[in-house]
Amino acid sequence: MANEFVKKVAEEKYKFGFTTDVHTEIIDKGLNEDVVRLISSKKGEPEWLLDFRLKAFKYWKSQKQPEWGHLKLPEIDYQDISYYADPTKKKDNSQPKEIDPELMKTFDKLGIPLEERMALSGMAVDAVMDSVSVKTTFKEKLAEKNIIFCSISEAVRNYPELVRKHLGSVVPYRDNYFAALNSAVFSDGSFVYIPANTRCPMELSTYFRINARNTGQFERTLIVCEEGGYVSYLEGCTAPMRDENQLHAAIVEIVVMDNAEVKYSTVQNWYPGDEEGKGGVLNLVTKRGLLKGHNSKLSWTQVETGSAITWKYPSCVLQGDDSQAEFYSVAVTNNYQQADTGTKMVHLGKRTKSTIISKGISAGKSENSYRGLVKVGKNADGARNYSSCDSLLLGSLCGAHTFPYMDVNNNTATVEHEATTSKISEDQLLYCNQRGISTEEAVGLIVNGYAKDVINKLPMEFAVEAQKLLSVSLEGAVG
Amino acid sequence: MLEIKNLHAIVAEKEILKGVDLTVNDGEIHALMGTNGAGKSTLSKVIVGDPSYQVTEGSITFNGADLLSMNTEERANAGIFMSFQQPIEIPGVSMANFLKAAVNAKRKSQGLEPMKASEFLSMMRERRKLVEMDNKLINRSVNEGFSGGERKRNEIFQMAMLEPTFCILDETDSGLDVDALRIVAEGFNKLRKPDTSAIIITHYQRLLDYIKPDFVHVLLDGKIVKTGGPELARQIEDNGFDWIKQSI
Amino acid sequence: MQSEKQYIELYQECREQILKRSCAVMNDVRDEAFNRFKSAGFPSQKVERYKYTDVDKAFNPDYGILFTPLGIQPSRYLFNIKEAPVDASKYYNRIADQNDGVTLLNTMLAHECLMVYVPKNTKVEQPLSVDNWIKGEVPSMMNRRILVVMEEGAEATVIINDHATDPQQFLTTQVVEIFCHDNSRLDLYDIEETTPQMRRFSNVYIQEGRDCNVRHTCITLHNGQTRNTCDVMMQGENAEATLNGCVIGSGTQHTDNNTLIRHSVPNCRSEELYKYVLDGQATGAFAGKILVDKDAQKTSSQETNANLCASPESRMYTQPMLEIYADDVKCAHGATVGVLDEAALFYMRQRGISQEEARMLLKNAFLGQVVDQIAYEPLRTRIAVKVEKRFRGELKKCEECKLCK
Repeated sequence: MANEFVKKVAEEKYKFGFTTDVHTEIIDKGLNEDVVRLISSKKGEPEWLLDFRLKAFKYWKSQKQPEWGHLKLPEIDYQDISYYADPTKKKDNSQPKEIDPELMKTFDKLGIPLEERMALSGMAVDAVMDSVSVKTTFKEKLAEKNIIFCSISEAVRNYPELVRKHLGSVVPYRDNYFAALNSAVFSDGSFVYIPANTRCPMELSTYFRINARNTGQFERTLIVCEEGGYVSYLEGCTAPMRDENQLHAAIVEIVVMDNAEVKYSTVQNWYPGDEEGKGGVLNLVTKRGLLKGHNSKLSWTQVETGSAITWKYPSCVLQGDDSQAEFYSVAVTNNYQQADTGTKMVHLGKRTKSTIISKGISAGKSENSYRGLVKVGKNADGARNYSSCDSLLLGSLCGAHTFPYMDVNNNTATVEHEATTSKISEDQLLYCNQRGISTEEAVGLIVNGYAKDVINKLPMEFAVEAQKLLSVSLEGAVG
Repeated sequence: MLEIKNLHAIVAEKEILKGVDLTVNDGEIHALMGTNGAGKSTLSKVIVGDPSYQVTEGSITFNGADLLSMNTEERANAGIFMSFQQPIEIPGVSMANFLKAAVNAKRKSQGLEPMKASEFLSMMRERRKLVEMDNKLINRSVNEGFSGGERKRNEIFQMAMLEPTFCILDETDSGLDVDALRIVAEGFNKLRKPDTSAIIITHYQRLLDYIKPDFVHVLLDGKIVKTGGPELARQIEDNGFDWIKQSI
Repeated sequence: MQSEKQYIELYQECREQILKRSCAVMNDVRDEAFNRFKSAGFPSQKVERYKYTDVDKAFNPDYGILFTPLGIQPSRYLFNIKEAPVDASKYYNRIADQNDGVTLLNTMLAHECLMVYVPKNTKVEQPLSVDNWIKGEVPSMMNRRILVVMEEGAEATVIINDHATDPQQFLTTQVVEIFCHDNSRLDLYDIEETTPQMRRFSNVYIQEGRDCNVRHTCITLHNGQTRNTCDVMMQGENAEATLNGCVIGSGTQHTDNNTLIRHSVPNCRSEELYKYVLDGQATGAFAGKILVDKDAQKTSSQETNANLCASPESRMYTQPMLEIYADDVKCAHGATVGVLDEAALFYMRQRGISQEEARMLLKNAFLGQVVDQIAYEPLRTRIAVKVEKRFRGELKKCEECKLCK
């Protein structure tokens, strides 16, 4: 069929590829113990945190980059990256009172206004550029309910005990290579604390932006939701177009206590590289939630359209009895993008329940893999899992793969997995064409319909954005 | 035959039966009516021993024996049979194997040798005719791909094979058209011996036109609130349950 | 542990002896296999395909190597490879995985090879039965090799039975290479009835040409530790492949089935159904990959793995995989691990069937889906009886076959 469409994929569609011209303090490239100490001292961190970083660094040095994904990870020269970039620093090294208008403009352009009066209704935002949080909105309003929403650096200063208690408790620095790297050099990210029996009155959102050249972004997010609390948290990300790969190795940790509920949504739109596969963000992320409390709930929803390489498995440890976890994912790959993404559901508590819905869409010459583990521990009586992983192929040069692992160690558990791989049928396209809908538009419609189960899980503002993204990412990708 | 005293039962921590008293003597037919959720099906499940229901108080004796101390299959082999409201599919288990296992389990409980294959097959053939059951269905797995009506007919066919002395028909009439209802009811009547007793759970008079009850009970909110003769069923058909609720 | 060492030494010591007992076709590739084995060794559990089986541990005991001569009566279709009716070097060791340590070991140590050869357009009516048995008073190892060549338009049913009765530590390796030329049909059964002391490694490699139809059914009735690999290469259009299997595990039995179906050309169909019933402390593992190459358009593939864990300490690991590089395909897989249907159990008990009997009937029915697909009727009946006996605990060992008595 219409092979011209496949060829048309080449057009550039990434609309967040601009750079911001702002003075940025960047430390020298390279990674050694001194750099770790420097980052820590720039942030004025307490001794225990420096210790944590140094231990992580030592561990990282002893490890090798993992090779098990269905990915061709380019060799990363960890000495050719700068590990700290601060766009808020003035040239004379003084801390500015006002936020640089250039930064405000940047986030405006990204659709993330940082002035509260302009903000999207019912959403508080923490905006992070490179290694530093630029601004967190609605902090005061949230403080009325004793909700803490601030950058992690601020949290370390103001709530050290809370951070110390939970940091690394869900993702220990020894977890994996990139988690160790992040633990050693993490810069900024968000901290959320929902006190007991408190329902967060607005959506909390962090917007991550990589701007500076040759820097890595290593953000760290920590969300703690106490007994009976509720929060919905959104994460968005973009980066400028650069010819070289940019490294992004983040950690997200979530702790959910008795009867509490956390919803975490991501629309990941890091720069995917150009049509030749040049440049793009290497998105190597460890996200994990601990459902510590009885009857706790955690839901991950992700729409992954960006990044040259995505290596990401938002996971849940279902420790509390009757806890429930969900993972909803749409991953779109085009051109030379590679995604190896999925989830781990580790059932430890009794009657724990997890649901996995994954939709992979591959186009161009991309490779898109679902990799998942459902593990039922021997004490997880009555645990249940349902997984459904579908792949849609657009074009004959891409790959779609499914690698689910199921380890069942309890005989009262029920684990079900289904997967299908298919393409958009010619009949569907013809039907749309006959009704006057162009093939490209039809593909957009069909793909959105295909991903609907997941998109519907997103908060409204994000859902609209995600729908547009899906169409844009795939424009011209029909084969 | 069956004596229920002050029966209380719960399911999923909710009390459904709140003190049921009911005596069924040899050869008697009792109709049990009541609104949805009143506890009719719970009562039948407790009698046959569904493990998901828990008796918290009271007793049931069956021919003098303590029924509640027996497990499900012991009760069945003692002569209790339930026609399920929604008979389940058991893929891969053929009707013949299933019934052979059931018939022989009963024979074993009576100290008899397993039935010979040829004898068993001719018994199946003969009983199947009683309920006009298609031979094709007999060759399938238990209830697999059966329509609602076929499943109900299959229940009565199994009753024919197992020759119980006490039957519970749990909404056997639901999902049956008039002809199927007649065949099923007539099948039941043909199978019934003078001392066979039954509890018939139904919402409608039409089944009771074929199988004449000796007593009609009204079960509301976990208790039997009214007992009468066949005329009570007709009154309910005409006027519903509200007048009974008001009179309590 | 480094079990390789003793086999390297063994080969160096016995090389002459093996060469003498064997024939040119096999000897020609022997040293090459040895050299590869020396550098590759056994796969560790870090190797993805051997994640669930500890090869090193199984090979570690000091086994005496058995050079039992082939017990076959040469017939019209069964040969010792020495007397092969065609040039066997065209086939021998051509599709076996040259990176698999177990296959390499087999190639270097096997001294004889059974060849099944069915000439062009020949339909073999009676199934060809191959009975393997291992006996002995000391821990022993046997390396079996089978080569199957189905010429164009040939049709046959082959039944491989693996028996053992002596409660002795045994280890067998088996490598089966199967070449199906265009338009041939092969119905292959591999049935294991051995003892808890048995360690079995079986690697089956199948290559299919155009319009072929191959069915491979792997049944583990009774065993110790079993690893079965089955790789199917679909290289001619419009071919079909069916891989079925069932496993009954109890005690501390361990069964690991690992399959790969590779679609390299368009318009082929594959189906796969593996079912496990695990009791006691048995463990089961299943990993099945469907690989669809870029040019294999219009591929249709369905893979199902369903498992029942019937006891608190049984364990199941399953991993159904799809790796797809063509867009116009219909591929699906499903896997379940579950328990017996409580509602069905209750229904049966209401009919007077004891809990135990009801469970047995349901387990039997669960595997029935695989057993019913056995095309050769007398075998289907025999397996159905054996499966039921096994669930009743009556099938403790291989009792029916004359060889083992």
